[in-house]
Amino acid sequence: MSAWFTDLAETFKRCFIVEDRYMLLVNGIGVTIKVSILAAILGIIIGFFIAICNLSKKKPLNILGKVYTDVIRGTPSVTQLMIIYFVIFATVRWSKWIIAAIAFGINSGAYVSEIIRAGILSIDRGQTEAGRSLGLDAKQTMMKIVVPQAVKNIFPALCNEFITLVKETAIVGYVGLVDIQKAGDFIKSNTYEAFMPLIGTAIIYFVLIKILTVVFAKYEEHLRKSEIR
Amino acid sequence: MGAMIKVNNLRKSFNGTEVLSGINEEINEGEVVVVIGPSGSGKSTFLRCLNLLETPDDGEVIIDGEQINLPKVDVNRVRQKMGMVFQHFNLFPHLTVKQNITLAPVELKKMTPEEADKKAMELLEIVGLSEKADAYPASLSGGQKQRIAIARSLAMEPEIMLFDEPTSALDPEMVGEVLDVMKRLAKSGMTMVVVTHEMGFAKEVGTRLLFIDEGNVLESGDPKEVFEHPQKERTKVFLSKVLV
Repeated sequence: MSAWFTDLAETFKRCFIVEDRYMLLVNGIGVTIKVSILAAILGIIIGFFIAICNLSKKKPLNILGKVYTDVIRGTPSVTQLMIIYFVIFATVRWSKWIIAAIAFGINSGAYVSEIIRAGILSIDRGQTEAGRSLGLDAKQTMMKIVVPQAVKNIFPALCNEFITLVKETAIVGYVGLVDIQKAGDFIKSNTYEAFMPLIGTAIIYFVLIKILTVVFAKYEEHLRKSEIR
Repeated sequence: MGAMIKVNNLRKSFNGTEVLSGINEEINEGEVVVVIGPSGSGKSTFLRCLNLLETPDDGEVIIDGEQINLPKVDVNRVRQKMGMVFQHFNLFPHLTVKQNITLAPVELKKMTPEEADKKAMELLEIVGLSEKADAYPASLSGGQKQRIAIARSLAMEPEIMLFDEPTSALDPEMVGEVLDVMKRLAKSGMTMVVVTHEMGFAKEVGTRLLFIDEGNVLESGDPKEVFEHPQKERTKVFLSKVLV
């Protein structure tokens, strides 16, 4: 038993301590977080506009929204990432992580748009009528009355989408970024150990997402304070 | 004195069913016009056409001498002159009572936030709900919600107030407090158009009664007069059902 432990400690040391290999993972966490956050912001902005397109009474906007959602949902995200990195941004010399974040933002936007659309539709028509009857225009009514209420309703679904997004970024290794997954992969090939680096990778993702879940739950509580009777 | 609201040949259909079949009506400043009629008669649609929540198919809606159902007219500017109170209150649940009241005047640059705050507190005083300024709508009773909704409309300092069955969604014991606010408003000289089933209010406060049925104004006159001596058979039948 103690031999097994000594063995495990030895492997741990070789995988993470020797040659400061843990730094690969630390930097990887940074890349994962950077890409995820920028992608989430872009995803929400794109998602909002696509949702507005889908809800609009104007036919061309409807078609634009529908085509966008169809194309993104109908192709693998790894394919989208590679097309955006190697084709669309082939000659643009921006940081790799920014291009990757744009790719994930475009992808996430399609899913977020459906969430936002459902959220806006969930708000009673009377809210819009009340806003318009006071003299507010359609945009003011949307931004001051409908969207704040919709956000509260869709917050759990948006958190879910963000968590999915964080895990989706594990494919950025395809375009040469070293995130958590790729860092674990490097350690695996350098040490010829599979168990320790891969389990380590899994644990890091798990902890990261657990933290997010707790923070989101706290914030949701805060959002719901207007419902206290 | 010119008419505050003038409606010429107002027509509106929904999916091929005609709801308003050419209404002509004039409402003067300071009048409290009570609109009654069977359900589905078009009385709410008539009211909603006045501030263009419904777009008329044909005819003219003239507010303060200006025809408003024309494409070039800025509807939002016109609506600022007309408050509306809904059956289901439609308070904004994510905002406090005070924020509900100040949102429109501040957003539309009619008042600074400080002025709007002051105005909100005055209005809350009038409707008797000063202590609820920082409460959220979810914590209020139906009657309180409707009084806040009236205050919210008044914050825009409208010339006309439209009421769409303001007491129909209330528990019976709360109807009185809302009607009281409306009575005081009527006394202050506000031009009001009220769609309601409250015959007592119609008799006591109404300066004129409109009976609408099947998209037409069948009868119009002094409320007491219409109640006691209805001219049309349909009015008689309707009143016999509601005045028990």
